[in-house]
Amino acid sequence: MTEGRLRKLILGDAQADRVVPPSGFTAQLTLFVSGAMAFLTVFALALSMASGRLADQWAEELARAATLRINAPAEQRAAQTEAALEILRQTPGVATARALTGEEQAALLAPWFGAGVPVGDLPLPQLIEVTGDDAGYDAQGLRLRLQAEVPGAVLDDHTRWRAPLVDAAQALRRLAWVSILLIGGATAAMITLAANAALAANAQVIEVLRLVGALDSYIAQAFIRRFTLRALTGTAVGVAAGMIGVFLMPEASAEGGFLTGLGLQGWGWLAPLLIPPLGALVAFAATTRAATKRLGELS
Amino acid sequence: MIELENVGYNYGGGELLHEVSVQLAPGSFHFLTGPSGAGKTTLLKLCYGALMPTAGRVRAFNMDVHGLDRDQMAYLRRRVGVVHQDCRFLDHLPVIENIALPLLVSGRELSHEEANLQELLNWVGLSERAHALPPELSGGERQRAALARSVILSPDVIIADEPTGNVDWEMSQRLLQLLVELNRMGKTILVATHDLSLIRAAKNQVQARVLRISNRQLQLAGADL
Repeated sequence: MTEGRLRKLILGDAQADRVVPPSGFTAQLTLFVSGAMAFLTVFALALSMASGRLADQWAEELARAATLRINAPAEQRAAQTEAALEILRQTPGVATARALTGEEQAALLAPWFGAGVPVGDLPLPQLIEVTGDDAGYDAQGLRLRLQAEVPGAVLDDHTRWRAPLVDAAQALRRLAWVSILLIGGATAAMITLAANAALAANAQVIEVLRLVGALDSYIAQAFIRRFTLRALTGTAVGVAAGMIGVFLMPEASAEGGFLTGLGLQGWGWLAPLLIPPLGALVAFAATTRAATKRLGELS
Repeated sequence: MIELENVGYNYGGGELLHEVSVQLAPGSFHFLTGPSGAGKTTLLKLCYGALMPTAGRVRAFNMDVHGLDRDQMAYLRRRVGVVHQDCRFLDHLPVIENIALPLLVSGRELSHEEANLQELLNWVGLSERAHALPPELSGGERQRAALARSVILSPDVIIADEPTGNVDWEMSQRLLQLLVELNRMGKTILVATHDLSLIRAAKNQVQARVLRISNRQLQLAGADL
């Protein structure tokens, strides 16, 4: 497309615009559908970004954190804990290792037993919280060494439940992207149908324009501009509504679990702003295609 | 200007025109006559490229219309002013904008043409009706508006299909007058009509040739009209 044509498309040619009669109802429908699609896209986008964030966060946190459980008779527990801590301190890649206090262990069990149960009296294993540094540590080597020196120690590096969680988050992100692509495709299909209907409804107008020497590109432009602007307006409204919706979602909190983290964060708030231009682009391409095809079929 | 060479046209249910040859020389005035359904409109459409001949060749401005793409066809239409049988306006735009439509679609700056447009409206006597919508016009006013639209780009050829079809005698005289004036300005004119008295009236003012379609063929009618 030439620069002149592009400028004309954006700035418009008020005179040229009038040659196609205004169409009230289909215009409203196009606006409504592109708005609704944009609204859905905002949520799909928020879901994709949040699940991506969760996947990264879980993978990272779980990869670095591990728990060492010491199952030993009460009289040996302190000694084995001490020995295990010593080994952990010597292990390269372990940033911190800290034995949980009785109160902390009680707090962890409180959701299951209730606050009133004297968990301190139970023969609980001692837990040691291990945090790796960025380089990480060799879990297999650590396990072997602990086996030899602290027979009651069991290292749980969370791999068992880390992998499915991360997989689930990533699958969620993929689904969100597929949804966005489907929404884009559905928008293109809807605009094509609407443009075809408009071209058919205005067959007389097109005939008159051809009779007085209008080029196909001139006729097409009147329709393209109209649908592109409608899609742009519709998606802008839809995105604004969607962003308000996402903004009003509860803040991410420990109590709410991961569900409350389903918002947009930081630069992520800029991503939905790309939807209206992309929607307009989809409408532009769909109308151009429909108009070129349709006009080519006329005499 | 426009040349038909052994042109045939077949709608699918038999041949409507057969071996038609005619040349519209620059500055000539032709009437095309013949009974209804004989193919007058078809012949006109062949002349401005709205229909393609099924046999023979049509040449306009030394170009074979068969070889023209859609854009070239649009440029051809700008050089041929057409007054359609049923006028064909954009009913949602006022008369003045309909008349200016060829200027608009060919990308001319309308503000530069304001004076021309007013003059043209005066010439066809529609200054008072400039802002009426086409459905509000009478038959004669519609025909005059269509004529004004067909000449606004100052085409070399003007083709009119039954321009006096549904107007009274006085109005058809007025339309004829406008066509004669255009011919005197050097335009090539082709008018389809079945109104023989109109042709007789024209013969007093201009050297017009009369083409008659009969039996699928085009004949030059004599002076016996």
